[in-house]
Amino acid sequence: MENKKYIVSPSPHIHADISTTSIMRDVIIALTPALVVSVLVYGWAELLVLLVSVASCVLLEWAVTRWMLKRPSTVGDLSAVVTGLLLAMNLPSAIPLWIVFIGAVVAICVAKLPFGGIGQNVFNPAITGRVFLLVSFPAQMTNWAPTRGFITVPDAVSGATPLSALKEALKSGDTIPQFLDAHGYTLSSMFWDIGASAGEISATALLLGFIYLLIRRVVKPWIPLSILGTIALVSLIFQAVNPDLYTGPIFNIMTGGTLLGALFMATDYVTSPMSVWGGVIFGVGIGLIDMMIRYFGAYPEGMSFSILLMNCTVPLLNMWFHQKKYGRA
Amino acid sequence: MGKVTFSIGGVHPHDCKYARECAIEELPLPQTVYVSMAQHLGAPAKPVVAVGDSVKVGQVIAEPGGFISAFIHSPVSGTVKAIAPRKDLAGNPVMHVEIAVEGDEWDPAIDRSKELVTAIPDDKALILDRIKACGVVGLGGATFPTHVKLSPPPGKVAECLIINGTECEPFLTSDYRIMIERPREIVVGAALMQKALGGCKCVIGIEENKPEAIASMRAAVAELGYADMRVQVLRKRYPQGGEKQLIDAVMHRQVGSGGLPIDVGAVVQNVGTALAVYEAVQKNKPLISNILTVTGDRIPANLQHNYLYRIGIPLSFVAERAGGVPDSAAKIISGGPMMGKAVSNLDAATVKGSSAILYLGEEVTRRGRQTACIRCGRCADACPMGLEPFLLYRLYKAADLEGLEKNAAQDCIECGCCLYSCPARIPLLDHIRQAKGQVMGVIKARAAAAKAAAEAKKQ
Amino acid sequence: MTQTVIWTVAILAVLGLLLALILFWVARKFKVDEDPRIDEVEKVMPGANCGGCGFAGCRAFADAAVKAASLDNQYCPVGGDEVMQKVASILGLSVAAKAPQVAVVRCNGSCANRPVVNDWDGAASCRVKAALYSGDTLCAFGCLGCGDCVAACQFGALTMDPQTGLPVVDEKKCAACGACVKACPKHIIELRNQGPRGMREFVSCVNKDKGPAAKKACAAACIGCGLCEKTCQHGAVTVADNVAYIDFTKCKLCRECEAVCPTGAIHGVNFPKELDKDAVKKRIADRKAKAAAPVIPAAEPESQDKKEVSNG
Repeated sequence: MENKKYIVSPSPHIHADISTTSIMRDVIIALTPALVVSVLVYGWAELLVLLVSVASCVLLEWAVTRWMLKRPSTVGDLSAVVTGLLLAMNLPSAIPLWIVFIGAVVAICVAKLPFGGIGQNVFNPAITGRVFLLVSFPAQMTNWAPTRGFITVPDAVSGATPLSALKEALKSGDTIPQFLDAHGYTLSSMFWDIGASAGEISATALLLGFIYLLIRRVVKPWIPLSILGTIALVSLIFQAVNPDLYTGPIFNIMTGGTLLGALFMATDYVTSPMSVWGGVIFGVGIGLIDMMIRYFGAYPEGMSFSILLMNCTVPLLNMWFHQKKYGRA
Repeated sequence: MGKVTFSIGGVHPHDCKYARECAIEELPLPQTVYVSMAQHLGAPAKPVVAVGDSVKVGQVIAEPGGFISAFIHSPVSGTVKAIAPRKDLAGNPVMHVEIAVEGDEWDPAIDRSKELVTAIPDDKALILDRIKACGVVGLGGATFPTHVKLSPPPGKVAECLIINGTECEPFLTSDYRIMIERPREIVVGAALMQKALGGCKCVIGIEENKPEAIASMRAAVAELGYADMRVQVLRKRYPQGGEKQLIDAVMHRQVGSGGLPIDVGAVVQNVGTALAVYEAVQKNKPLISNILTVTGDRIPANLQHNYLYRIGIPLSFVAERAGGVPDSAAKIISGGPMMGKAVSNLDAATVKGSSAILYLGEEVTRRGRQTACIRCGRCADACPMGLEPFLLYRLYKAADLEGLEKNAAQDCIECGCCLYSCPARIPLLDHIRQAKGQVMGVIKARAAAAKAAAEAKKQ
Repeated sequence: MTQTVIWTVAILAVLGLLLALILFWVARKFKVDEDPRIDEVEKVMPGANCGGCGFAGCRAFADAAVKAASLDNQYCPVGGDEVMQKVASILGLSVAAKAPQVAVVRCNGSCANRPVVNDWDGAASCRVKAALYSGDTLCAFGCLGCGDCVAACQFGALTMDPQTGLPVVDEKKCAACGACVKACPKHIIELRNQGPRGMREFVSCVNKDKGPAAKKACAAACIGCGLCEKTCQHGAVTVADNVAYIDFTKCKLCRECEAVCPTGAIHGVNFPKELDKDAVKKRIADRKAKAAAPVIPAAEPESQDKKEVSNG
C-alpha cells in the first residue's frame, strides 16, 4: 500500500465493453454489404466518390478540431467516417469529385462542428450535406448516368432514377401500371437493383446490414418500423383511391432513399429521439412528409427533406416523451 | 413456476463467480481487532466498555445510539486497548474500539454446538428481542437494523417475506457458499422472520446462474417443511438483488417513490441476514462474524477464498492471509464491482456488512477518457428505476434542482447501470448521486417546514 | 393597382392600431407597482448577479434594501463600501464601513509537500471526491484539487496551479463574493480582510489531525504545536483541534508567528520585504530575555505582584 497508488473512484468499478468507436465501427460494418454492391455495380467511379467523401470528412474534422477549435480531435471515434460513407451513398457515382468535397464541407463544417461536434448537432450531417448539394447542383445531383461497373446486373435500370422517371411519365399522362410495365419493374428486381444513388442500389444488402445492427443492439427497430409502416399505410390508402395516379407500398419502400434513410439515417442517435414513443412519432412524421413530397411535391422523393424536418422536432419529442419510471404512474 | 425478473432496465455483466468452488474457511484471529461504532445504517453505537476492560466473545461493547441503530458485540476475547477515532476504508475518521486479542473465550450464554434447532418460538416479541439484542443488521449491503425492518409500522401488514439469494453482483460468492453449506440454517432463519412478521408467505429468490444453490435450498425447504415457503428462480440480471427490483420480480408490485417495501406488503431480507437471525434466535449468538469473498479478475485460484471472519479484523490482515495483494491489482474494492466501495485505506477494519475484497486489474476498471454524449440512450435503457441519467446529468450541471426533482433524481438507487453502460464513459452516477443528495435535502427541508407549519396551526 | 396599395395600407394601419390598443390594455391591466427606488439602487449595483450578498441577484438585493429599515444586514462584497454608500444615500440610510475582503486558500498541500497515495479515477469534482473518501493523500482535510472553486468563480479570479495542484486567487479579480467558499466541500477557502496594502498573515492549513499524523500526511501541515499562540502578543492566534487560526481583526502583522512556525504553515503575503526569520526570532528572544531579566535581581513579592497583574 505504501508505494503503489491504487485507483479510487465511485462505483461502479466495471464497464460494458462498448465505446463510441465500437458503435461507429458496427455501423461501418453494417454499411459494408451495400457499399460492396454499389462498388461492384458502379465500378471505379463509385469507389472514388466513397474515398473522396470519407477522406474529406475525416480530414476536415481533424483539421477543424485541431486548428480552429483547439481541442482534442474526435477523429478516433470514427463518426466522421460514418458521415463520409453515408454522404457518398447518397450521391450519384458520376458526380464530379469537387462537389463531393463541398458536400463534406457542409456536413462537417456546417452541420456538425459549429453545433459542438459529435453529440451536439441538431441535423444529420450527411443529409444536410446531401440536401445542400441537391439544391445547389441539381443537374449533377440527378445525373444517374451509369458508370462502368465490375459486374453487369440483369435488368439494371439506367438513366433517371425510377422516381424521376415516374414524375416525367405522370406529367406526360401515363398511368402507373403503364409506367411499371414499360420499365419492367417487378417485385424481385426491386430487392436487387432499384437504380438510384449508389447506396440505394440493393435493398437486400441494406437490410442485411440493418439486421446486423439489430443483433448487436446498436439500434432499436422502432424508428425504421414506424417510417416504413407509415409509408406503406399511406401508399395503400392512396393506391386504393386511385391506382392510376398513386404508386403502391412496395414501390415506395424500395425506391428513392427510403430504405437507406429509414434504416441508417433516421436512426442516427444524435438526431433522433431517445424514447420509444418519441421515436415512433418521429418515424411517422418522416413517413408522412416523405409521402406528401412524393405524391404532391416538386421533388421526386423526399426522404432527406423529411428527415431534416423531423430532426428539428427531436428536442421537443425528447422533452415530451419519457420512459416509464418505476413506481410512478 | 417459471423464471421471473424485474420489468424495467437492468444490465447483464459477466458474473465472474470465480470463487464459487472455494469452501468457507475460518479466518484465524489477528493480535488486535478494531471494532467500528458505525457499521450499520443510522446513528453510530455508543461504546459501553472502558479502556482496560477485559471482554469475552459476544459481550456487548456498544449499545444503539438511536432508534435506527444496533448493538455491537465483541468479536474476540481480550482487553480493550483504546476507544479512539481510526480511519475507515475511505480514510475518514470513525470511532473504533480497539481490542487486544487474548485467547478465544466465549460468553457462556452462547450455544456453540452445531446441532440444528428447528423449533420456532411461539412468542413474536421474543424473536424480535433476540434479533435486536444480538445486533443483527441487513447483510445485503445496506446494513439496516433487522429488528426495525421486521416491525412494520402500525396499519401496515407484511404479505410476503422475500429472502434475497440473488447475489446479482458479479464476483461475490459469499451468499452462494452459505446457501450450499448452511441451507437448513437459512431456512430456519427465514421461518423465524416469517413468524416475527405474523406468518406471511415466504419466497426465497435465487438467480438461475446458481443451480446448485437452488437445488440445495429447495432440498432444505422440502426437508424442514415450514408452511408457505418456496424457492423462486430468477433470471440473471443486475440489479435483481435491489430491494425494489426484487419486489417487482417476485410480487409484480412496485414501491412508490419515497415509499418503503412494507407499503406494498413486502419485506426483503438477505440470505446472510437469515443465517444471522437463526444464530441470534436459536443459538443466542450475536452478529460478530460474516462471510467474505477474496477474489478478482484473472487472480490465480489459490488466491481466491471464502472466509468466515470476525468483524474488526483489518482488511490488510485478511488480504495477507489470502496470499497478499496480487501485483495485477490496480483497484481494491470492498464489496462487489457494481456497488462496492473502492478501498483507499487497506488498514481499515472489516465491519458487519463486509462482503468481499475484490482486486480488479487496470484494463477492467480504468474508466478511460470521457467523450461527448452521443445520445444513444443506453443509460436510460439500463436504468432499473426508469430514470434518464443523461438528462439528470445535464440538469445537475445546470444546477436545476427543480428539474432534477421533477425527473425523479431522488429515486436513484445508485446501482451503477448507467455508468456501466455508457459508451462515452460519462461519470453519470458520480453526479447523479450528488444530485440525489441535494434533492433529498430539499424534500426533507420542505417536509420539515410543512410539519412545523402544521404544528403552528394546531397551536 | 392603386386600389391594392390603398387596401394594403389600410388593413395594415387598422391592424397596427388594434394591436397597439391590445398592448396598451395589457400593460394597464398587468401593471406591477414597484418602488422606483429599486431601479435606482439596482443601477448603482455592480450587476454581477453573483449572489455574494446572499440574495438571488442585484435586483433582489435592491428590492430587499428598499424594504429594509436599515442596511446592517446587507452588504455587497463586490461593490464594497463605495457602492454601499451610494445605496445608502439613495435610501437615506447610513451604512457602516467594512473592510474589503479577499478569498484565501488555506491549504499548502502541494504535490511536493503532500504525497499522493491514491489514483483518482472518478469525475473531476471535489464534491464527488469528498462524498466518496478523504482524498488522494493521507490528509483528510486539505484541498482535493479538482477545481470546484475555479468553476464556481464568476470573476475568473481562481485558477488551478498545475505545479502545486492548488487553486490560486488573483487578488485583483477577486470580488469576495464567497462563491468559492460555498463550493469547497473541505471548507479550506475563507474570506479574510485584505489588510493594509494587501498584507495578510494566515495559517495555510486546516488539518485537525494530531501533530505526527498531520506531519506524515503533509510536510507543510499545521501540527498544532502552539508556538505561534505562545509567541503572539496580540492574542490573535488560537489553537483548537490541533490547528492554529489567526484572527485577522486582531493580527498586527508583526510576522512573529510566521517566523516561529516549524513547518511553514503560516503564510504572510504582500509584505514588501522577505521575512528574515532569524532576525525576528532574535527579536522575540531579546524581548523574552528583557521580560525575564528584572525578575532575577528583584525580591519575590514584586514578582508575585507582576503575576497578579498579568493574570488580571
